[in-house]
Parts: sequence; C-alpha cells; structure tokens
Amino acid sequence: MSARFRIRTSAWWLALKLLRRDWRSGELYLLSAALVLTVAAITAVGFFTDRIERAMQRQGGELIAADLVIDSSRAIPETFADEAARRGLAIARTLTFSSVVLAGDSSQLVQVKAVDDTYPLRGSMRLKADLDAAELPTDGGPAPRTAWVEPRLLYALGAEVGTGIDLGEVGFTADRLIAYEPDRGGNFFQIAPRVMIRLDDVPATGLVTEASRVRHRLLLGGPPQAIADFAAWAEPKLPAYAGLLDAREARPEFESAVDRASRFLHLAALTTLLVAGAAIALASRRLVDRQTDAVAVMRCLGAPRHVLTRIFALRLLAFGLIASLIGCLIGWLGQQGLALVLADWFDGPLPAPSVAPVFVGLGTGLVALAGFALPPLMQLADVPPLKVLRRDLGAPKTSVALAALAAAAALALLILWQAGDFELAWKLLLGVVGAVAALVALGAVMVWLAGLAAARTRGIWRLGLAGLSRRPAAAILQITGFGLGILALLLLAVVRVDLLQSWQQTLPEGAPNRFLINIQPHEKDALADWFAERDIDSSGIYPMVRGRLTGIGGETVEPDDYEDPQAARLADREFNLSYSDVPQGDNEIVAGRWWAGPDPLPQFSVEEGIAETLGIALGDELRFWMAGREVAAPVTSLRRVVWDSFNVNFFVIGTPGLLAGEPATYVTSFYLPAAREALVPELLRAFPSVTLIDVGALLEQVRGIIEQGIRAVEYVFLFTLAAGLLVMYAGIQASLAVRRGEHGVLRTLGANRGQLLRGLLVEFTVAGLLAGLTASIFAELTGYVLARQVFDLPFAPNPWLWVFGVLGSGVAIGLAGTLGTYRALVRPPLAQLRAA
Amino acid sequence: MNTPESVSPESVSPESVSPESASPEIVSPEVLCRADGLAKHVTGPGGRLTILHDLSLSIGAGEAVAIVGASGSGKSTLLGLLAGLDTPSDGDVELCGERLATLDEDGRAALRAGRVGFVFQSFQLLPTLTALENVSLPLELGAITDAPRMNGSGPTGIAREALERVGLTPRAGHYPRQLSGGEQQRVAIARAFAPGPRILFADEPTGNLDLATGQKIIDLLFALRADAGAALVLVTHDQALAERCDRRLGMRDGHLEALA
Repeated sequence: MSARFRIRTSAWWLALKLLRRDWRSGELYLLSAALVLTVAAITAVGFFTDRIERAMQRQGGELIAADLVIDSSRAIPETFADEAARRGLAIARTLTFSSVVLAGDSSQLVQVKAVDDTYPLRGSMRLKADLDAAELPTDGGPAPRTAWVEPRLLYALGAEVGTGIDLGEVGFTADRLIAYEPDRGGNFFQIAPRVMIRLDDVPATGLVTEASRVRHRLLLGGPPQAIADFAAWAEPKLPAYAGLLDAREARPEFESAVDRASRFLHLAALTTLLVAGAAIALASRRLVDRQTDAVAVMRCLGAPRHVLTRIFALRLLAFGLIASLIGCLIGWLGQQGLALVLADWFDGPLPAPSVAPVFVGLGTGLVALAGFALPPLMQLADVPPLKVLRRDLGAPKTSVALAALAAAAALALLILWQAGDFELAWKLLLGVVGAVAALVALGAVMVWLAGLAAARTRGIWRLGLAGLSRRPAAAILQITGFGLGILALLLLAVVRVDLLQSWQQTLPEGAPNRFLINIQPHEKDALADWFAERDIDSSGIYPMVRGRLTGIGGETVEPDDYEDPQAARLADREFNLSYSDVPQGDNEIVAGRWWAGPDPLPQFSVEEGIAETLGIALGDELRFWMAGREVAAPVTSLRRVVWDSFNVNFFVIGTPGLLAGEPATYVTSFYLPAAREALVPELLRAFPSVTLIDVGALLEQVRGIIEQGIRAVEYVFLFTLAAGLLVMYAGIQASLAVRRGEHGVLRTLGANRGQLLRGLLVEFTVAGLLAGLTASIFAELTGYVLARQVFDLPFAPNPWLWVFGVLGSGVAIGLAGTLGTYRALVRPPLAQLRAA
Repeated sequence: MNTPESVSPESVSPESVSPESASPEIVSPEVLCRADGLAKHVTGPGGRLTILHDLSLSIGAGEAVAIVGASGSGKSTLLGLLAGLDTPSDGDVELCGERLATLDEDGRAALRAGRVGFVFQSFQLLPTLTALENVSLPLELGAITDAPRMNGSGPTGIAREALERVGLTPRAGHYPRQLSGGEQQRVAIARAFAPGPRILFADEPTGNLDLATGQKIIDLLFALRADAGAALVLVTHDQALAERCDRRLGMRDGHLEALA
C-alpha cells in the first residue's frame, strides 16, 4: 500500500470517527434535521411526481388509445412496426381520411377511420344499438363490410341503424352507433361525422391512393420503459412528415390540471428547500462556533491546515451522504402517504416509482450542504492555533460574500433543477435573494434603532433592547432566520388560503359538463330559446369558422418547418376560429389591446400559448385559407385562456367584420346536472344535426385532481412547516452560548430570573415583530407573483396575513425564544459561566 | 539531564540566559529550542504596544525551564512564539532543529506533530470526545501527517497506555464534563505525552486546580517527563513550582531575566 493511499484512508477513517463523535455529542442534530428535511421533501415530491408521470402516461394512454403513437401524413415505413414488434410492443394501425358516404339519394361528407382488430390498445370503444339503447364497451374493430357511425350521420342521411351505406366502391351496413371513441382526443370539433370501418376493407373501397390526404397512425402499447426506449430509438429516425404523440399531449384540460398540481407540489418542495437552507446555514454557523476551540487544539497538536481541510471536507461529504440517504428514505415513506392521499386520482394503483429521485435527493443534499455549510466549515481550518492560549481570539470571520455566493449558486442550481423551468427558477431565486437582502437590511436598521431605544429606556426594556444591539451580527442573523421561518409559514397561508382557493374556483360547481358542436346558424336562436325555457345556463353560443393557417408575418407556414412536433401538428391541421366584439369573460389580454368601437379594422387575437408554440408575435400578419379564399389580418392582442375552466375557448379570434362572412357553425358548453339527464335525448331530437359531447367524466377527473392536489400540496407543506419551525429554532439556538455567559454574569451581579426572563421576552418579541413585518411584505409580494406569473390565477391581498404575520410572529417568537432559552437561565450562574 | 546549577546563567541580562553567553560546559549537547532577538508588538487603540523585547534563550534536550512572571508580563506570548503557535514581530525561533521563520503555518504544525506536547491551564480537552479519544487525537492526526512516532499498537493502544500511566483507565470512556478538574488535567497530560514528544510546553498547568490536586498533577507531570526524557517549558506564576525546574527565567514587562 503506498504512503499516499495510507494517508488518504487515514483521513477518511479519522473523518468518519470525528463524524461519529460529533453525532454522539449532539452537535450535528440541528444540521442533520435541516438536511434530512430538505432531502425528504424534495424526494417525496420527486418520487410522487415520477409516479404521477407514469400513471398519466398510462391513463392518458386511453386518450390516444395507445401508450405511444406515430402520427404521419404519409404511409409509415415498416421499419418502425418491425422494430416495435421486435421489442415486444403491442401494435395497432389506424387510417383516417375524409370521404363521402351515399345512402340512397343522400350523401354526406364523413371522416372515415379504418382500424384493425387490435384497436384500441388502451381504453375501449363504446357502442349503442340505437339512440335510446345502453352503451356497451366493445373490443376489436367492426366486422367485415360493417360500419360504426355517429348518430348524426344517420340523421343527415335520413337513415336508420342497419341501413346500407356506400363508401367508395364498397357497400357497408351501418351496424352500430358510436357513443364513445377513446382517441377522439382533443379533436372534438371535427365537422364531419365519424364512420369507422375495418382496415382490411379500405383497399376495396378504392378511396385511398398515393395522392390521397390520409392520416396514418401506428399505435403502440407496452411497459413504460419499453415505450420510452422505443420513443428514444424512433425519434431521430422519423421522417419529417411523421411525429410521435404521447399521452400527455392528448388532453390539454387534464394535462393543465395535473401540470398545475405538479407545479404546486414542486413549489412546496422548493419552499422547504429554501427555508431548510436557511436552517442549514444557521446550524453550520453554530457548529463552526462550537468547533473553534477543538480546531485550535488540533492545529496546536500538529494538524496542518490542508489535513484539517481534507478531514472537514470528507466529514461533510460523509455526513451529507448519510443524512441525504435518510432523507431519501423518509421521502420515500412520505410519498407513500402522498400516494394514499391521492389514491383516487387515477384508476387503479399508481405505478411504482423509479430510483431516479434518490439521485436527485442525494444531489440536493450534497449541493445544499456545499452551498450553505461548506464555506463556514472550511474556514474553520483558519482558526489560529494561538487560540489555545488566547481565548479572546474568536472564530474566523466567515467571508459574507463567499458564503452568500455559494448559497446563491447552490440555490440557483437546485431551483433550476427542481423547477425545470428557467423563468420560475430565476423569479424564485430573485425573490429569495431579495427577501434575504431585505431581511438583513431591515434587521440592521432595526437593531440600530433598538440600540438607540435601549439608551432611552430603563429596566427590562433596556435589558431586552440592549440584548439586540449588543450582538448586532447575531441579532441580524437571528432576525433573518426568524423572518425566513415566518415567511415560509405565511407563504403556506397565502398558497393554502388564496392560491388554492382560486384554483378551486376555476372549476366551480356548475362548470360546463357538455359541449354542443355543429350547431347550424339557423338553429342558434332556437337553441338559445331551448336553453332559456329549461333554465339551463350555457357559456355562450359562439360562431366557429374553420381555416388552415398559411402564413405568419409574411412567411409561409409549412408544418415541416417546425421542429416541435406539437407545433408541426398545429400548423398542419385546421384551426377553429371565432369572431366577437368583446373578449370572453374568463379571457385575459396579456399583450396588446382588444379591438374597440362598432366597426374595428380587421385584426386577430391569439392565445398566448399557441402564439409561443408557433412563433406568433404581436403585430404579425396571420393568413388563413378559409373555404376557398384567403383571410389576412394583423395580431393585435394576445390572450391568456383558462383551459381547464371547461368554457368554450378559441386559439384565434377575429373581428366580426373579418370572419362573419365565412361559413360558420356554432358551439357552446353548458352544465347539465345528473338529475336532468333525460333532457339529452330530447335535445338531440330537437336539434338532430348537433353533436353532443359529454365531458362530465373528464370534468370530474380534473376536479378530483384539483381537490386532491390541494390536499397533496398541504401534505408537502408539512415539510415546509417543519422547516420553518426548524429555522426559528436554529435562530434561537444561534445565540445561546453567548447568552449563557451573559446571563451568568448578569445573575452573578444580582439580576434575578424574573428580570432576565422579561428581558428575553422583550428581546424576542421585538425580533419577532420585526421579522414578521418584513416576512408579511414578502409573503404578499410572493403570493402576487405566484398567482399572476406562475399559476395564472387571480390575486387578492389578504389583510389577515398582516395581522397574523406581524402580531402572530411577535407573540410566537417571543414565547418560543423565551421558553427555548429558559433552560439556560434556570441553571446556577456558575454552571452558566462554565458552560459559556 | 542537566542539573539546575549547570544551566543557571551568571548574569540577569536577557542575552546572558542564552547558551551562547553562558559557560560552554553548561550548554546542553543538543539545543531543542532556541530564540534569538525575539520581539512581539501589537497595535491597539493606544498605538503600538511591545509585549516582548529582544529576547534570546535556548533550551536543551531534556531540560526543564520555568518561565515565571506576573499576569500580563508576556510569558504566555513567549510560550506561543517558542511553540510556533504565533509568529514574532522580530527575531527567530529554532525548534527541533528547524527555523520557524522558514516555515509557514502548516510547516510549523507538521513540526509540532508528535514532537511537541502541550498542557494548558484550561485543559483544552475536546468536550465531544471521551478521555480515550482525546488522548488518541494527536496520534490519529499524526497517522495522517506521518508524524515520527507511531508504533505497531495503533493510536488507541498507545492512548490506553498513556491513560494507564496517569491512572485514568477506569475513566477512559468518560467525557470531560464528567471528570473533575484534576482528572481533566491528567487526561491532558496523557494526551501531551502519548505521541512521545521531545519537548513539552505547559501553560499554568495548575492554574485551575486546588493546591493539593495541583501538587499531584505537577508530580505526575515531572515523573512522566523524567520517563520520557522530554524537555519542559513551564509557564507559571508559582515560585514553588518553578523551583522544581532545572532553570528559572523571570518575565517582567516583556523582558526576560535569569532567576537564581
């Protein structure tokens, strides 16, 4: 064994020994608690969101009838199906195209979907024998030469179930009515009714040729890892005309709710991280203070600086790994609880989590420790050995700049990593840095004022206020710690009371659960009357015009130009546009201005999300191809739309003068309570050409996600609550050693316990009030930013926040601080002096 | 070992206490610690303050030297400089054959490791370590820094032996707070002797102890020193204690003088 290796192993060995001894002495409890808590919160949310992702993939699979789909405008090369088969994946194929069916003398434009026997791979078709019959789930596709059709097709053709229809050169029997088609997906608004036939029957119809406009889909099913592997293999090999479609993109309402819940959960975990970070920093500072003498002795005994540095680094690494592993374990247990809380989110049990969050947890623990604890601990090695002879030489001065820089770097890294969202990360980081800077600045001012006030007061007030100004650095640190703890608790209140409530209100009781589409212009007024007579509130009846986007800002739109498959699909398919004089109530203009006046110039308003996806900027001219002519106008406003509100919404809205001349149908959504379900057949008989879409199940699912999501966020906030209490405890502990000595002296000089106790109460209450004031300001600001910028929710200031924030923290910290230090007070003065 | 007579200087000037100015026959064959023109100034609110003025001395192997003086006379500062815990404003110290001025902080630490022992007035035991672990610590650090003395029995074995020598084997697992002042100082003495140092610096080792306990501690210190053959630099204000050393030097206002 080489000497160098021996030295290294000895350093490791000694580091572990010292770590064990530190642990035994209780010096590391506070630091461990802070670190374990941080890692536990991050991993619990990590494990849980990982499971949600997997469950969403599975559940969302129903919305695309598969786990993964290759969607293509031309025939999909066989290599993909071959490779999928080689990997053991289930395969189904579909073909979709527009055509015309004939029944007797009648004809109707239809959307044909040809499927094979394995379709659908996820979910199932539900069919009816006639309009009044019960829905029956069905596996496999239609029998040869039979067709499943939407009820409105038969109405349009004036035909009955069992009627013969011709499609190209083949005659089919319209055998069943389609009640539910799993992968109808977000494409609610297709105008032509659906006809479903067997894939084998397509060649005989003669409808599909090389030149036909046909959508080919290869549906794939299998275990998540196999699907992910296949997707990774296929993605780079796909031709430009084909794209991968996974479950998440299938339903924006569902995804939006889960996405928001997941953001809330990550935010809760991040808040824990931020607050526990402060506790880690405070606990490290205390550890440094307590280890200074030990380091001086070690240096005196001949330990060179580099050896101590190495021992400290190794000790910290070992500590970080052990504490993080424990945190991961608690996180894993925590997410089991979380999964129980959210058991009803998904059908069936949640998939098991992957091990990835363990690495995230370990990484978080080590980075947090490196950022918050390493700089002060490494500076321990600078303790002069002379301190063994001169006790007045204090701990080495921690470089504030270095400590702040390291903490900010660690925070930035962790926030970015956790949030996965650069914008959220920098806003949060800016908020935290701002809050800490403000807490420090306000703390400094207030400590200075306390010093001034102390000189003008007497008795316990003087003692208490002087307690703040006597140790300005410690007092500022303490107020900052208290402030961060209070901030975490107030944020919890802001999020719980205000943000989550706003979220809940986006989907109130009576939110629309039915969509009506294909309402003909002549039926619009009659339908409005029908609603009015039956006392049904609709979200409004909106005109809908179909158009293909052909140009943005003078550039021609080509789907193949977009790298993002979602953008390519959007560019490829027809848009549903609307026109209106006024914006819808729940839309918010985020850029530009909505048109005013009775006869505005032609212009468009675009939803901000799609504008970003397609690269549409304010002022760009959009060109649409509509029913044989081109319509062009500039974009003058961008709108924010609450998609999970279940109101009718449009990506693009034009001025009435621009679009009112185009052929339009109308669309609406309304709420139908379960007790009035009998109105459905009545409605369909009164307006046979309309298509009724029941989104009740989806709505309930989204509402379930919101309600259980709120419970989940509250659950994760328990970690934040613990972190907040921990940072306050660390703040109280920070000054305990100095306080002990001071109290020993004061009591020796004749101060009685009562006087000291009241002095402490004044000191901690004033510190609590000051911290509470700063924290309330920042909680309100953060709440505003989160609501408006991150969660797209309305924001209202909460006056109670100030009452609880300022007074509550004064009382709570006053009592907690006094009680926390009381133990030191009840000891005899000599014991206090010795312990100091 | 040198007799007290053989190291008593003839005059009381600071220079006269250095071996160079003493009779050649009384100079120890090996000089373990030598100070030359040592001075220490600090700058305070009232301007520059000189703590030590141009001192020179040397201490031979196995020699016991007492530095006696009132509080604030500069004796602890001198001890710190001789042991390489602090750096002088002027002058130089040679310890165990190495000039401290040529070494950086780490170099001085490495020089101390295993060669230099310390006993302090306030014991300076680490409160989080047991008696045995406190004694092991310099040996464990020595194992990393390749300090000279490490025999086959390992740090814990050596530490146990050292504790046995001070009669504290039954207290090996106790923490400092569970030990009396005398016991704590015995642990500190065991720690100081465990690595087999060539020179021991003791700063008021009985300052925190009652008379009887202090006496026992000093007996123990001298007995172990005699066994180990280590030199001793003892800082004290106790004349009786100083009497037990080979040589006594007095500190007054930063000046060193030989005492009879």
